[in-house]
Amino acid sequence: MSISFTAQTYPASARPLSFDESLCMGCNRCVNICQVDILLPNATAGKPPIVCYPGECYYCGSCVMACPVPGAIRLRHPLMNETKFVPVKKP
Amino acid sequence: MERQWPYENQLGQEEVLRCDVLVLGGGLAGCYAAIAAARAGQSVIVVEKGATARSGAAGSGFDHWEVACTNPCCKISPKEMAEAFIDEQDHYSNGIAHYIECREGYDRLLDMERFGGKIRDTEDEFKGAAFRDDETKLMFAYDYENRYTLRVWGSTFKPALYQELLRLGVRVLDRVEATALFTEETPAGKRCVGASGMQVRTGKFYRFYAKSTILTMSRPARIWLFHPDLVGLSEFRPTQSIGSGHAMGFRAGVEFTMMEKSVKGEFSAAGRSFPPYSTGNNHNTWYAATMVDARGVEIPYVDRDGNELKTVLERYLPAKGQKFFLKGGVIDEPKYEYRGPETLPFEELMRRGYQLPFYADLSRMPEEERRVIWGMMVGEEGKTKIPVLQSLTERGFDPEKDMLQSYGTGWQSAAFLAQERQLFGAPGGIIHDWDLKTNLDGLYAAGDQLFASDCCGFAASTGYYAGRKAASAAKKTDFGQISESDVAKEKERLYAPLYVEDDMDWRELNMAISKAMQNYCGGIKCKDLLLEGLHLLEKYEREDVPTLSCKNPHELMRTHEVMDILTVSKMIIQACLLRESSSKPLCFERSDFPAMDPAKDRHFITIRQENGKIIAGHVPHDYYGDIEEEYEKRNQDYIGGGAQ
Ligand SMILES: Cc1cc2nc3c(=O)[nH]c(=O)nc-3n(C[C@H](O)[C@H](O)[C@H](O)COP(=O)(O)OP(=O)(O)OC[C@H]3O[C@@H](n4cnc5c(N)ncnc54)[C@H](O)[C@@H]3O)c2cc1C
Ligand code: SF4
Ligand code: SF4
Repeated sequence: MSISFTAQTYPASARPLSFDESLCMGCNRCVNICQVDILLPNATAGKPPIVCYPGECYYCGSCVMACPVPGAIRLRHPLMNETKFVPVKKP
Repeated sequence: MERQWPYENQLGQEEVLRCDVLVLGGGLAGCYAAIAAARAGQSVIVVEKGATARSGAAGSGFDHWEVACTNPCCKISPKEMAEAFIDEQDHYSNGIAHYIECREGYDRLLDMERFGGKIRDTEDEFKGAAFRDDETKLMFAYDYENRYTLRVWGSTFKPALYQELLRLGVRVLDRVEATALFTEETPAGKRCVGASGMQVRTGKFYRFYAKSTILTMSRPARIWLFHPDLVGLSEFRPTQSIGSGHAMGFRAGVEFTMMEKSVKGEFSAAGRSFPPYSTGNNHNTWYAATMVDARGVEIPYVDRDGNELKTVLERYLPAKGQKFFLKGGVIDEPKYEYRGPETLPFEELMRRGYQLPFYADLSRMPEEERRVIWGMMVGEEGKTKIPVLQSLTERGFDPEKDMLQSYGTGWQSAAFLAQERQLFGAPGGIIHDWDLKTNLDGLYAAGDQLFASDCCGFAASTGYYAGRKAASAAKKTDFGQISESDVAKEKERLYAPLYVEDDMDWRELNMAISKAMQNYCGGIKCKDLLLEGLHLLEKYEREDVPTLSCKNPHELMRTHEVMDILTVSKMIIQACLLRESSSKPLCFERSDFPAMDPAKDRHFITIRQENGKIIAGHVPHDYYGDIEEEYEKRNQDYIGGGAQ
């Protein structure tokens, strides 16, 4: 029996990645460096990749490190993971 | 929206490949194994599930390289250091691998430098700092007197290793998951003759014939800790590293030890913790940051005798009368002999009126100590360059003006429950001989797949060593036979979920397994409880695995992972049943056998599977003999110049 593969974005409560469409040139370097393989190339050439499996992101930053265009891709931890900092205090 | 799969559909296709040395897993250990074998003139294939250039626990970086005892500034001999580790871990330690690490680790760093990785402060950014040797430009962490652990620019390492593999003509198969080992019976016993794999984007099947095979697929995860929504934050190590190597090894009859050991969670578990290294703390990457309480009162550091330290520099020096202290990945609360400077214990701080929350305040540290923690260590450490350094900087954090909050009571960045367990620190794994060979002929292992493994230096040096030994064995053997029925069975197992329509998602099974493991194999264990757990896992295997369903090769890979997690979970429960006593160093508590570390059980208990039956073994702690003598007996070729 032959089977055709399909993909459906599997939603997650977090959005690890966002793209700046005006900067991203759709080179797919981020897609091909991600060891977790959460991205799929866009069907339209030149467009940002599809984050198909956002929940599987390991938040390593390798995709951002591989991107040749600064600012084209952003990585953000879920809101609950924002570490707090305050101005230094002297007793 | 349902979309078309963007990659080719290669379902039903099979590629048959042959090589002298087959490496399964392209992390640090796997890359170094492949390099050693290629240098020995062997044809090598690396099978890597992710992308070798950034895959594995050290893919995005790491900041310190432990126990490089042969570096020109180190004052501790490899033997002394390895024996200290063994003693510190009450002999539940991997003496062979630790000695290799202490003896050859620095050679691997020099290799790395040749490949283009950065191991010294070539730009003189830290000239004159107490942790730097101005002649060699090497930089040290922890013990500035004895200088055994180096600060390194680990974010440069994996891309450099990948390039070196290509340069050496190693065939790197990225996006291929190894799924099973093939064995044949010989008069001398079972021998590994190859493996199978699946392309995780196209579904193509691979059959590998190899004279020697090396397992470097890291250690199990997502056994107790699983978050179905934020899967990638469930654990400390990468999403795709869940112990497939352990699972396929166990199915093939490989012998393991210390699988009964697990620790209360220390890192990750989506909801509970913060990004590793992103919170105020004074351990590991952040050693020895200045810590303050809510009022801004500094928290004192003390030496092992409780004497308060007056200067920052003293935090990096042994106590009076102490030769050296131990710190690093697996060192938690060291014995007096090896205990280094530390802030006062939490309970004592509460007694003295220190107020929560605590913070790391780098502004009070000497300028180069601040810069090396925030900017070099946080930056080079795994998962820090973008998600911590860049992200906090963008949010306005300035280490000269701000302090970073701590959570929980220590460096874990969260507080866990007893049943929320992990294989963290130095957990169980494959037991091996002085060649890093498993109990199966032709099969070797390295890195985090070995028992009581820990860090990057360990992975790189054992990888290289296993590559060397596997290559020399390959030269003396021929290819074996892979049974067609084994291949057919494996294909059926692998592809079945694609043919099940709209049934159970892999996440549902992973969630069920981790709930079962928390319930039946949690903090306190006993026979009846463990057996109940085993029965439940067997039911999952019998009745629920056949209902797993998915729609493309990526999801199929995740489905295979959970099938492997199930195999490993069963092995862990079986291993827990085999140890009929409790043990402090193994973090192992049995209510039906409360005696702690009785003499009769102070040894390695091993576990393997033969024809579906569990076989236990008993191996003395010192089975490897005198580490230096035994090493030198077997490595004269390397000592005599093979070290390059
Ligand atoms: C965030 C972080 C920071 C760390 N920092 C340090 C540090 O500063 N210093 C230090 O010494 N140690 C550090 N460690 C630990 C260290 O990184 C690991 O011990 C070391 O990298 C292990 O190497 P390895 O080759 O055994 O495993 P890994 O490097 O994890 O490689 C295993 C490889 O196997 C692949 N794989 C898994 N399953 C399969 C399969 N079925 N088929 C094919 N391939 C497969 C994986 O994709 C992966 O590439 C850190 C770990 C983490 C997670
Ligand atoms: S952060 Fe890491 S895991 Fe997440 S998408 Fe980027 S490369 Fe992949
Ligand atoms: S690497 Fe950068 S430019 Fe290329 S596709 Fe990814 S985000 Fe776009």
